[in-house]
Amino acid sequence: MTQSVDTETLAMLKEVMEDDFNNLINTFLDDARQRLPLLREQLAASDYEALRRTAHSLKGSSSNLGAMPLSELCFQVEHRANEHQLSGVEGILQEIDAEFQQVSDILSQF
Amino acid sequence: MSQQAKPLKILIADDTETDRRILEAIVRREGHEVISVCDGQEAVTAYEREQPDIVLLDALMPRLDGFGAARQIKELAGEELVPIIFLTSLSDTESLVRCLEAGGDDFLSKPYNRVILQAKIKAFNRMREMHQEVQIQRDQIASHNDHLMQEQTVAKQVFDNIAHTGCLDASNVKYLLSPLAVFNGDVIVAAIRPSGSMMVLLGDFTGHGLPAAIGAMPLASSFYGMVQKGFSMVDILREVNQKLKQILPIGVFCCASIVDMNFSKGKIRIWNGGLPDCYLHRSGTGEVEPIRSTHLPLGVLDDSSFKDDCLHFEMEVGDRLYMWSDGIIETRNPKGEMYGEERLQQVFAGNKVPGQVFDDIVNSVHEFAGGERDDDLSLIELTMAEPGQIDGGPRDYSPQRHSGMMEWSMDLELQPSTFRLFDPLPLLLNILVEVPGLRTHSGSLYTILAELYSNALEHGVLGLSSELKHTPEGFAEYYQQRQQRLDTLEEGTVAFSMDHRVLGDGGELILKVTDSGTGFDHQNNIDNPHKRVGYSGRGIPLIRTLCHSLRYIGTGNQVEVVFRWDGDD
Repeated sequence: MTQSVDTETLAMLKEVMEDDFNNLINTFLDDARQRLPLLREQLAASDYEALRRTAHSLKGSSSNLGAMPLSELCFQVEHRANEHQLSGVEGILQEIDAEFQQVSDILSQF
Repeated sequence: MSQQAKPLKILIADDTETDRRILEAIVRREGHEVISVCDGQEAVTAYEREQPDIVLLDALMPRLDGFGAARQIKELAGEELVPIIFLTSLSDTESLVRCLEAGGDDFLSKPYNRVILQAKIKAFNRMREMHQEVQIQRDQIASHNDHLMQEQTVAKQVFDNIAHTGCLDASNVKYLLSPLAVFNGDVIVAAIRPSGSMMVLLGDFTGHGLPAAIGAMPLASSFYGMVQKGFSMVDILREVNQKLKQILPIGVFCCASIVDMNFSKGKIRIWNGGLPDCYLHRSGTGEVEPIRSTHLPLGVLDDSSFKDDCLHFEMEVGDRLYMWSDGIIETRNPKGEMYGEERLQQVFAGNKVPGQVFDDIVNSVHEFAGGERDDDLSLIELTMAEPGQIDGGPRDYSPQRHSGMMEWSMDLELQPSTFRLFDPLPLLLNILVEVPGLRTHSGSLYTILAELYSNALEHGVLGLSSELKHTPEGFAEYYQQRQQRLDTLEEGTVAFSMDHRVLGDGGELILKVTDSGTGFDHQNNIDNPHKRVGYSGRGIPLIRTLCHSLRYIGTGNQVEVVFRWDGDD
């Protein structure tokens, strides 16, 4: 099974960010915690464009932190929002919640 | 900081804080200065304020997205190259195309890869520096070019002042010369001699640009100076040749044709050194006689090897002479073929109205060239006219009439070695025009001197018979004999005696020419009004129209001409 967070990416980030690394992790987690409920609201409102943008943004930042499975799930949401195909998105959001929990645990301990 | 010598200013625009902070950290670690903003609108404002070297733009941002920001920034940058790199996790082709269309130069996809970003920044910085270099060089080239054009304009003005003081605007002259011909090395100069004949030189210097132009200046100034003073064509040719030989580097020379068109005799004398055949077009029959180059160009041989023998042709009024540089024959059409001499001959063959040949040639060449203007065409048409029809342009009138030589006399005796080598006419004319009142009559005086001198030398000293000149063959024979006798002449003299006195408001010149010959029966020929016209070849009737009186003295080896001028002339 794929790792929820790629530790090599994290190590590289730690080197680049130096003292700012913990700050970066916290920023990511705070940001994600705000966006996850947004995804549900936008799905409920069938706001395709907003949903697409939120998912797109989360996809980008999670990939930058090495959270590739989470990024991939976000991409699926972005893609379906773009195609206006919202059936099944609810299920993906549940997967995202679970995956984020994993990512969050790993990042907090790193 | 790695090898980057000079830190760059890099603008980052991304609305996702995590991504933005990672990017800032990577760029800063490379030693660059970072300006960080959260949307496209802020990016444009920051660009204007900070003038960054490279811009990193997220595609999707609130307020103004990356596409809009890129467009505005590229517009603000103008000629400056500001590389824009789109930060994107967009992966569909359509979105990438939008980035490029908005002015993006490259992409950086998420997750960010530090090594790739470094490489891109370096590559774009090199490109930016190269662009700046190219712009600096472009501006330098533009400024050098401006400078060069300005110099050429000044040089052309100087050249025009020297070269175009002549009579190119006379009614029997049509010519075509590129506006920048001086820098193509082509030159046309034309002037009326004191005798009233017209001297024209068409020259084509080897090469282009300044080296070709330089030789045209001394050529034109020698030409005009000498024509005005009455020097003969041969003297002018030799002088120009010698001068060019002296000043031009090896390999630079001047192909030229020079012609002396005598309207009163209906004759031309022509010398062609290296130019394409000149054409003599007979208006009556439509026939064309080519006049081949039989000499090397000017500026090649030194004076002792230089050949100055000329060809003589008779021309009826309306007959036309064409001279051109090789530009016409070498004009190429879009397929690269040359216009060539055959096409030129066809223009003449197809011509019905002689007055249109010139335009026909020009049109034919332009048509052949496919409508493109070819600036290398130099062409001149000279039409034989009645004497007196040609306006020689402004003459040199002296404002101070009585300040020069007024009362004087002089004697000059020429001996055989001088006849062979020296033309005394310019010298004598130069002395005569020291009398301001005579200056305006230099044309008439030249004619009188020239006729009397050639009579004294050819008929008196050399004993040639003017009968010979009745037929064209005899004419050639005459000049052959003249040369032969001159070469072997051992004794004989021609003496000029000039005496000038003030007379009323003007003056009187008494000119005596005495030769060592036996004279002739002037009483039964020249002095007899019934036979005056018939005694050909001596130009006496012409002289009589130009002076106050003419009389032969003694056995006829002495002639006296009285020339009067009025201060009111």
